[in-house]
Amino acid sequence: MSLSFLLLAVAALCALSFYFGRQRAVALSGGRHSNLHSLPVHYGAYTAAWCGLPALALLLIWYMFQGSVIEALIVSDLPQEILDDSGRLSLALNSISLIAAGNGQHLTVEPEIVDAGRRLANIQTIANAALVVVMLSGAVLGLSLSYRKITADMRARNNIERIARYVMIACSAIAILSTVGIVFSLLFEALHFFTKINPLEFLFGLEWSPQTAIRADQVASEGAFGAIPLFVGTLLITLIAMCVAVPIGLFSAIYMGEYASPKFRAIAKPALEILAGVPTVVYGFFAALTVAPFLRDNGAILGLDVSSESALAAGLVMGIMIIPFVSSLSDDVMSQVPKSLRDGSYGLGATKSETIRNVIFPAALPGIVGAVLLAVSRAIGETMIVVMAAGLAANMTANPLQAVTTVTVQIVTLLVGDQEFDSAKTLSAFALGLVLFLVTLGLNVFALKVVQKYREKYD
Amino acid sequence: MAAVSQSAMAAKPSVENPKMTARNLDLFYSDNQALYEVDLDIAEKQVTALIGPSGCGKSTFLRCLNRMNDTIDGVTIKGEVTLDGRDIYDKRIDVVQLRARIGMVFQKPNPFPKSIYDNVAYGPRIHGLVNSRDELDEIVMTSLERAGLLKEVKDRLQSPATGLSGGQQQRLCIARAVAVSPEVILMDEPCSALDPIATAKVEELIDELRSNYTIVIVTHSMQQAARVSQRTAFFHLGKLVEVGETDQIFTNPKDERTKGYITGRFG
Repeated sequence: MSLSFLLLAVAALCALSFYFGRQRAVALSGGRHSNLHSLPVHYGAYTAAWCGLPALALLLIWYMFQGSVIEALIVSDLPQEILDDSGRLSLALNSISLIAAGNGQHLTVEPEIVDAGRRLANIQTIANAALVVVMLSGAVLGLSLSYRKITADMRARNNIERIARYVMIACSAIAILSTVGIVFSLLFEALHFFTKINPLEFLFGLEWSPQTAIRADQVASEGAFGAIPLFVGTLLITLIAMCVAVPIGLFSAIYMGEYASPKFRAIAKPALEILAGVPTVVYGFFAALTVAPFLRDNGAILGLDVSSESALAAGLVMGIMIIPFVSSLSDDVMSQVPKSLRDGSYGLGATKSETIRNVIFPAALPGIVGAVLLAVSRAIGETMIVVMAAGLAANMTANPLQAVTTVTVQIVTLLVGDQEFDSAKTLSAFALGLVLFLVTLGLNVFALKVVQKYREKYD
Repeated sequence: MAAVSQSAMAAKPSVENPKMTARNLDLFYSDNQALYEVDLDIAEKQVTALIGPSGCGKSTFLRCLNRMNDTIDGVTIKGEVTLDGRDIYDKRIDVVQLRARIGMVFQKPNPFPKSIYDNVAYGPRIHGLVNSRDELDEIVMTSLERAGLLKEVKDRLQSPATGLSGGQQQRLCIARAVAVSPEVILMDEPCSALDPIATAKVEELIDELRSNYTIVIVTHSMQQAARVSQRTAFFHLGKLVEVGETDQIFTNPKDERTKGYITGRFG
């Protein structure tokens, strides 16, 4: 019985127990629901939950231990000479599982390995059957126990609330734990990198050229892992993006929020937000195929030497991508400025622009700063546009007309293609990722703090 | 002023030398009519109180007097409102200058999130009323003095206005309005968010301001109308029911509805 089929069976049992639980409650009530502590649905949900949850819990526990238990069973029967050599052991285990899955015809291995493979296949069949039995009996047991517990004054409603709460706790725990897991994997790989390369050299080195020899006979440079050129490139592109996004986003927010007629706003605001829905890869080829050549050709007319993968092209397009981000966030904070403040200003004879400049903007400033910081962290982490438009050369330059590279671009190029997973070159991607993560995390926390502080003031 | 405050004078919408007049004023919020043919004169350097049950149009009428209703979408106004004999809805009138001449104090104290000093200096600055820092200081001090707030705040002019108590904030808003040297001050239930002691202070202040400014006050409290005003206008369902000397309105109302309202039978 496959897993999906098993889950379907459990779901069917749940539905059944919902029906039974509800029926029993109705029967107990003697036709009047007010005789019951809770509504009949609650009793139904109660039995359904106690039928489904034990089955799922058993499944989870089963899968946590199945692998190691089966492996222990197989390993215990292998000859001692294989067990002594860890390399041979893992190779043997690999072959055994291949044979068990029926893909081992082409392998030339010892007969005991083939035997072990057959045994593994056997054990797996038994284990699967046992799982079905265990899960279904768990479900049925839960069903019958909870069914019997139903009485007229059992507090099914409160019980359901509690179960719902635990389910929600479990969901948020999964979300948080996976974040923590990602951070830790990043951290450990980065630490691994720092055992090969001095962190100070990484953080303050001025040269980035991660090409190292993969095989001993290859001719390649030693590799230099100074990340400063990447940071400079990232900052340069972010700066250009912000120079585009902040003024345009802010002014469009002011226009939409304060001047535009409701009719115009109803059309223009969604239109602006469409920008946020354009996939970044589309922005990427727009930058690489339209903006960059345009800049290069016009630069040539002006006598400027513009690289065909310039920081300017990537930054401009990234800025356009971030406009809706800045404008909708700052529109939010400006519309939160109470109407009474506007009235107060208008009542003193201020014009609209005076009111915006002297009252609304200063009052909304903390929120706007928060919005800009969030936009910065978005720009720093943006990948697709820079991969396509910014280039790979780690130039350390402040000239926006030249090609630069960013942290994200380097992470992509380091991990794309065939790589050795313990070379400094590959591991450096994790170190870069860690730096990126820490910077954007810091910016986000700070920005949210600023926005929150501002919110408290007017609520 | 002595002439008009004689209680012997008959109750009628017009006064001699009115500062402001409204004639045949109709106002619509989209399709709902909120004011019906209001005729009312505002006497110079007096306090005129507008009373009536909630939703009767008294605040709406007040906001017509400095064209604050312009900031609300979908409002249409018919009829005429004049200030010193000139129609304020005339196309040639600059609403910005108009609001500098007719100041306004709102129901909820609404100081700007700036320092006390900057709040009062806001109007003079945007209207370019001063040429030097000293002049501005002078205006700020005088305005705070007039609003009876100077003693309480003179040591902390640079601290944020939002740190003041509700009553102080409302007097700051009055100082802010006074700083522009308006001729008329409109007050929209200025004490409804204040405690009794702060209310008493603001009422005292209104009485003092009367010697320099024409004041129109909307209030829910009939005692307040009786205490601070010389003339009272009673609104009901968007219509001006009765207007006259405050004494006469409260002791001898002509209209049954006025009598019903002030004796507490409805509203």
